[in-house]
Amino acid sequence: MEAEVKEKRLIMDGSELIVESLARSGADVFIGYPITPANLLYSYSHERMPSFFAAPDEISTLQWMCGFATTGKFPVTASSFPGFALMLESINMAYMMELPMLIILVQRLGPATGSATCGAQGDLALLNGTISGGFSLPVISLSNMKDCWEMSNKAMKMAIDLRTPVVLLTSKEEIMTLASFAISQLPDVKKIERKFYSEGETFVPYKTNDSLVPEFLPVGNMKHQVRFTASTHDQKGIIQNISKEAIENTKRLEYKHRKNLEHHLYYEYDPQAGADTLLVSYGITASASREAVKLLRKQGEKVSLFIPKTLLPVSPKYFEIMDKYKKVVIAEENLSGQYKNILFGERGNKNVIGVNAIAEMITPARIMDAILSK
Amino acid sequence: MKNFLTDAALPFCKGCGHNHIAANTEKALQLLNYDPMDVVLVTDIGCHGIIDKSFLTHTVHGLHGRSVALATGVSAALNNPDKKVIVFIGDGGATIGMQHLIDAAHNGFNMTVVIHNNMLYGMTGGQPSEFTPFGFKTPTLPEGGKKTGYDICKLISAVDGVSYVCRIEGISDFSKNLAEAFSKKGFSLVEVMEICPSYGVKSNPGMKLSKVVESAGLIIKKFVDKEVENYKTEIKTEFKSLFSESDAIKTLFPTKLEKPIRLMFCGSAGEGVQAAAEFILKAGITSGLNGTKKGSYPVTVGVGFSAAEVILSSEEILYTGSPNPDVICVTSSDGLEYAKKTLATMKGGKLFIDSSLQAPETKAEIISFPFRERGGAKNSSVYSIFYLLMQTKMFPMDALKSVFSENKISKKIDLEKVLQSLNEPFLENVNGKNMEIVK
Ligand SMILES: Cc1ncc(C[n+]2csc(CCOP(=O)(O)OP(=O)(O)O)c2C)c(N)n1
Ligand code: SF4
Repeated sequence: MEAEVKEKRLIMDGSELIVESLARSGADVFIGYPITPANLLYSYSHERMPSFFAAPDEISTLQWMCGFATTGKFPVTASSFPGFALMLESINMAYMMELPMLIILVQRLGPATGSATCGAQGDLALLNGTISGGFSLPVISLSNMKDCWEMSNKAMKMAIDLRTPVVLLTSKEEIMTLASFAISQLPDVKKIERKFYSEGETFVPYKTNDSLVPEFLPVGNMKHQVRFTASTHDQKGIIQNISKEAIENTKRLEYKHRKNLEHHLYYEYDPQAGADTLLVSYGITASASREAVKLLRKQGEKVSLFIPKTLLPVSPKYFEIMDKYKKVVIAEENLSGQYKNILFGERGNKNVIGVNAIAEMITPARIMDAILSK
Repeated sequence: MKNFLTDAALPFCKGCGHNHIAANTEKALQLLNYDPMDVVLVTDIGCHGIIDKSFLTHTVHGLHGRSVALATGVSAALNNPDKKVIVFIGDGGATIGMQHLIDAAHNGFNMTVVIHNNMLYGMTGGQPSEFTPFGFKTPTLPEGGKKTGYDICKLISAVDGVSYVCRIEGISDFSKNLAEAFSKKGFSLVEVMEICPSYGVKSNPGMKLSKVVESAGLIIKKFVDKEVENYKTEIKTEFKSLFSESDAIKTLFPTKLEKPIRLMFCGSAGEGVQAAAEFILKAGITSGLNGTKKGSYPVTVGVGFSAAEVILSSEEILYTGSPNPDVICVTSSDGLEYAKKTLATMKGGKLFIDSSLQAPETKAEIISFPFRERGGAKNSSVYSIFYLLMQTKMFPMDALKSVFSENKISKKIDLEKVLQSLNEPFLENVNGKNMEIVK
């Protein structure tokens, strides 16, 4: 307590941590269309980002971002489901062109316009199927204020390293709630330096080495012709129907994520010796889960906690962790248990229990009940 | 002279108007002495779009209808008047992506858009677009267009900020027209009228392009030719961090809470609920406590309920929800309606409620006080927190006073009067009789 009082504490919301972190990490531009509950990100970005564009809609937003990205700039946007839905085709384009960018998805209650000012965790199933064809779109989620800072930087790094759009997944209460926060606990965030192709040989836009990630070169450079294509293409970036080389190139989009996933794998695992039950949670429900675990342990109950932050693609490591337990409880604020279904399928598993809700934050009490239930 | 096209045959049907546009584009760029590396060609989806493989410039091949928006990003990011951004789009792409054309024109983004208007969707089998003229037949519209098509040149000419708009017939040599458009600053547009032999000619045997254009009322001319400035992207080079240690809140009134306290404020929009909750939050932090504040309100800012949940604790706060608050403060009937659900499930705690309101069934201890009467409707919430703090003694009143005096609202509310009035008796309606109550 004494130590804490001495710390420099500010009243902050998660949105400002996210925007400041991205600006320091080297994001070049924020392009956005207003939508609750993402509007704080919009206004902070207006104040803080090197460039800011108010786009006339979300399709334009994503297209403008793609345009920026082809020139080697790093664009960021923030939206909620209705806007994200409009972005879908363009996100597929960015994915196919291999353009690094960050899309912050602030979840709110659906379906459709739903309730703009009510939080939710209802979009993970959509994210899991966003890219047509069974490809993974990387999704990084936040679990507290500190993550707003750290994970934003890491998500941006992932986007650049893997040359892909990345979704930073959050929800209303995570980024709009005000809280006393000691900024001294924030690690330094450094500018992420971009590396561009610098060899003399002709540049082949989608040729790769072992990393499976092609080197980047901006359009408009004076040395080499650069091609970006959203249609199925060969290594040169030239449209193909289904030639072998082109399909290999398309499959590579997924393989590069799998191959490099371990370098971008973020989670918190808090095992307790002798625990048979593992509580899994992410996003806004992670805080209720932390509290539930704290209270249960105080009562002498044994329980382990697992908070994945790299939600997608799912790492095999997650199953290794979950397989150690007799019972797995997965808490998330949607109707059917979207992450649970991604992990265990619609059919489920008798050892896996979902704790779900919509239109309210799941309480620690409900999570505790599920953990204690026989 | 540099080549802009590869030696390979162009990817279009024989006689397709798209062939001419590609060849004339090369010629126009040569006329202007461009280097291929200074040119970014952004292409749409449609037959015309597959031309990118034939160009030796930088190429970006995107989605159907979105090429203008994509080029907007490229152009704004390059932010360099020496680079030329050219967009190839069809009448189909211009139909589905009209918003982007108007927007790019309106903002004057640096680019030249070349509309390949063959009056139908070539790639998908010759269906009509919004550009299909009256009477023009297509395979899926054998009876002919029933209305006049869009006149894109008129539409774009009406947008302020455009530098050049021109319609031409895509026959013979029109490289000079293209060169003129390419050399303009800001946003320029050329609509090239052309035919699709595979669907257009087949459905309209014996058609002559000039005849179709004429009877469609599409005038071949320059609509706009004026000087505008290049679009410049603003790039800030000086930044101020969104937060800094100098904003840190000093602990002036060290206080310890035995256990966390959860408060809920329920009132009406425009009556200072969020501000009141923030005062309590800040005063709590000034007292060395940790705190969170979560707001709830409908989407419309000015009407309906406004509610806020504040948690104060000597320990780290993990869960920021308050399904069972310790204290609930209701200052208006909107607020009461919102609070009812929570009040019904509370097992104890305190309800502070404006004395004009009827408290519902609840296990919370009910304390009523004339917040609205004493504080005025607009400041009823801010007023209520002083009373609430006096009653709960969560932290010293001095903490709230200090936070309040720092805020500009203190100029409008007389703090001394507020504090004094907290102890003054008031009349409360008890069983139909006005009783004087002092709490
Ligand atoms: C969003 C979307 N809707 C529909 C299509 C199918 N489609 C491909 S090309 C095209 C029309 C092309 O017509 P136009 O733009 O006039 O070009 P042309 O083929 O005549 O050169 C359509 C509708 C698509 N690719 N994307
Ligand atoms: S189908 Fe029509 S528009 Fe397409 S290439 Fe052939 S002639 Fe040209």
